[in-house]
Amino acid sequence: MQQMLSRKASFNSHGEDSSYFLGWKEYEKNPYHEHHNPSGIIQMGLAENQLSFDLLESWLAKNANVAHFKEDRGGSSSSLSSSLFRELALFQDYRGLPAFKKELAALMGEIRGNKVRYDPNKLVLTAGATAANETLMFCLAEPGEAFLIPTPYYPGFDRDVKWRTEVQLVPVHCSSSNQFRLTSLALEEAHKRALKQKLKVKGVLITNPTNPLGTTMSKDELNHLLDFAISKKIHIVSDEIYSGTVFDSPGFIGITQALLNHKKVRVGNDIWNRIHIVYSLSKDLGLPGFRVGMIYSENEAIISAATKMSSFGLVSSQTQFLLSNILGEKNFRKLYMKENQKRLKERHDMMVSGLKSAGISCLKSNAGLFCWVDMRHLLCSNTFEAEKELWEKIISEAKLNLSPGSSCHCSEPGWFRVCFANMSTETLSVAMQRIKAFADATCKADQISYQQALYSSQKSSLNKW
Amino acid sequence: MAFGKNLLSKIATNDGHGENSPYFDGWKAYDSDPFHLTENPQGVIQMGLAENQLCFDLIQEWILQNPKASICSAEGVNDFKDIAIFQDYHGLPEFREAIATFMAKVRGDTVTFDPDRVVMSGGATGAHETMAFCLANPGDAFLVPTPYYPGFDRDLRWRTGVKLLPVVCESSNNFMITREALEEAYQKAEESNINVKGLLITNPSNPLGTILDRDTLQGLVNFINEKNIHLICDEIYAATVFTRPMYVSIAEILEEDKKCNRDLIHLVYSLSKDMGFPGFRIGIIYSYNDKVVNSARKMSSFGLVSTQTQQLIANMLSDDSFINKYISESRKRLAARHGVFTRGLMQVRVGNLQSNAGLFFWMDLRRLLKESTVEAEMDLWRVIINEVKLNVSPGSSFHCSEPGWFRVCYANMDDETMRIALRRIKKFVLQADEREAAAKKHMWHKNLQLSLSFRRWDESIMKTPRIVTPHLMSPHMIMSPHSPLASPLVRARN
Repeated sequence: MQQMLSRKASFNSHGEDSSYFLGWKEYEKNPYHEHHNPSGIIQMGLAENQLSFDLLESWLAKNANVAHFKEDRGGSSSSLSSSLFRELALFQDYRGLPAFKKELAALMGEIRGNKVRYDPNKLVLTAGATAANETLMFCLAEPGEAFLIPTPYYPGFDRDVKWRTEVQLVPVHCSSSNQFRLTSLALEEAHKRALKQKLKVKGVLITNPTNPLGTTMSKDELNHLLDFAISKKIHIVSDEIYSGTVFDSPGFIGITQALLNHKKVRVGNDIWNRIHIVYSLSKDLGLPGFRVGMIYSENEAIISAATKMSSFGLVSSQTQFLLSNILGEKNFRKLYMKENQKRLKERHDMMVSGLKSAGISCLKSNAGLFCWVDMRHLLCSNTFEAEKELWEKIISEAKLNLSPGSSCHCSEPGWFRVCFANMSTETLSVAMQRIKAFADATCKADQISYQQALYSSQKSSLNKW
Repeated sequence: MAFGKNLLSKIATNDGHGENSPYFDGWKAYDSDPFHLTENPQGVIQMGLAENQLCFDLIQEWILQNPKASICSAEGVNDFKDIAIFQDYHGLPEFREAIATFMAKVRGDTVTFDPDRVVMSGGATGAHETMAFCLANPGDAFLVPTPYYPGFDRDLRWRTGVKLLPVVCESSNNFMITREALEEAYQKAEESNINVKGLLITNPSNPLGTILDRDTLQGLVNFINEKNIHLICDEIYAATVFTRPMYVSIAEILEEDKKCNRDLIHLVYSLSKDMGFPGFRIGIIYSYNDKVVNSARKMSSFGLVSTQTQQLIANMLSDDSFINKYISESRKRLAARHGVFTRGLMQVRVGNLQSNAGLFFWMDLRRLLKESTVEAEMDLWRVIINEVKLNVSPGSSFHCSEPGWFRVCYANMDDETMRIALRRIKKFVLQADEREAAAKKHMWHKNLQLSLSFRRWDESIMKTPRIVTPHLMSPHMIMSPHSPLASPLVRARN
């Protein structure tokens, strides 16, 4: 039957056999529940933001008349607007609801401290960032061509960027020796490697703030990247899906700001045609089920092509309407983002201190829904096999699903991404206790086996003597 | 910008999206002068858009009575968090069950559908592209009977690199799909060294509005089994069958034909036509092949249905008594519309292909063509748009092999607009007939001036031709329709 299906359907380029997804499967077999299954596996491999639903729910409770297919008539009308449901049900214009795009553009600007203004007409709505990234690849590269991508990176890119597009990803190795920062050297090295493999590099794909690191890219990193893209005349796709989750200093500098502030680049330089931003409401607003993604670009040809391609995954008009109402209140938007960031910081700090008391450190981070945790000292050897063993032990003994660094293509074993925003504080507390118990036991076991090794070598040397 | 274009891929810069075609004239004319009963009664009436607007009153009544189905209402807001967070590509179980139940109901409960085989997609548009990605490699081909929905050219070919090869159907036998036509298309592909991976049918047919009878369906199943190729059945219009003969779905054939290789059979469905919800993007792939279900489900990540919408639909479609009432009432209203139009047109001797389904009929204007060519069809079409002020779709846009046929949509307007549209068509045809009769009489008397008369007849029909050259604006036609500029949703809020 294999040859009856396409190559794409038959092989594993969908990326789902990676350990990233295997952990999920383990969790699904035995999911933790505070009351019903307190010894189950706690899911810490899912970068979801569940911290601020109460804010959205209370907005909905106050504005049910508006949101439930009723027109916004200053609260005076409480009867169903018969034309509104019909208009929404029939609305399949791939340019999207103008009111919705207007609010999205405003939101994006606010996240960047209003230092940048975005034009709603340059936004393309897509079914999640998943579709946005794939669509951009279809627009920017031929099958077989390549994008450079700093490691470690979000495992989903292997599917989104490569699967149906047949575009290749060439890793740009980042190392813990400089906190995994992106360097010019690393970019050049990756580019040379691509050329050696006879791959034509069309651009660089970055995620900023980064996943899985949880850091915002620095001004220097962004400048190095821009210099590189300018000199090679290639694209930059900047996935800024976590831009609203920056909870601590340094603040967020997006690719647009970096370009505006770049000393050598004037407005009108053709690099402006090669910068494309991906965004989504799945992380900042915690609404992954609604499938709201978008592409932003100054390149009109890209906007035109991507808009047509969005036909394959439009955003439900019902959802566009609901969100244009929620996001339409500027004050609510600001309140939500501020409160959400505050709660993320609290969670982050709770995890960092919890890990610290277990003798585990993390990469210093100021964004995202996760920490990049250093468990190298718990490896029995500095290998990916040891990392896999450790990961399996953490699932079976500590009953925690974390994401091993190898699933994120990290070049050094021992790092794990651990999410903190997809559970209650009580559950996080339980998770921290389990990690501590696990780490203590592992260290003790190591100590015991060290002592045993020491004892037997002393014994043998005694015998010799 | 020219420089910008050089940076893009071939897919992004070629015409595979299908929008650079001359058929945009119709949409442009409509966009620049859209009919409105009171505000613009002389405007162009949109009859090129296959939408089902006949039963919104029923749906709206249900929504008012079932606020819990919406996560935005006071009653439903408790579900908000769980729904907003749920991104599992299997979809809400209630959604899949409701879809499976609905699909069975629409087929008179002669078959059942397994919710575990229901896979989501970004509308039927996304479903077709996903099927092409799953079943074929770049360069492979699907056979498709003509005339067919123009959107297939984009959906199945654009980003996939897959080809579409026509199986030519003719009016002489009411455009039925014959074994000979299938074999001919298949042979042609073999001779050109093209690998045929499947056959794509739409049943009920767009643009014909007809359904395939049991024998033909069985014949197609035999054909694909013999050639060991896939059969994709787009059943998007299944609930629009408004009168006998009874609809037979491929699912029914599969129940009866135990010899058929089930791994070759796949259904594409959507709620855009049967329920009139194109804006909600509810596309479904239903495959009898486990590997395809698996693969398509992974690909559905690129076009999942919003969980807010899944929740609404799950609630609505599982309300048995409502859905029974809806399906039956929708059929009645479609039948009534269809009847009014076809009877009206018969009064002016305009026929249409006899049909019992769809949101349109296939109108026969061959006798009004100057000559039996595509150019003549386009000329006539431009007159209909610019003079008669109706946007209908010319058969050539559906790859019809014979000029003179037009698809006319009738379910996307209210009764009053429908009456006006019918009056316009009748008036146009009567005038054209009168002119032709006068011209013939004239010709009989003045034989020597034959050619001059015809030229005058032409000019009086065409008046000042407002033939617009194809242009690259106005992004939508039959493929990606957009709301008229008059839609309140298109005016941004301040």
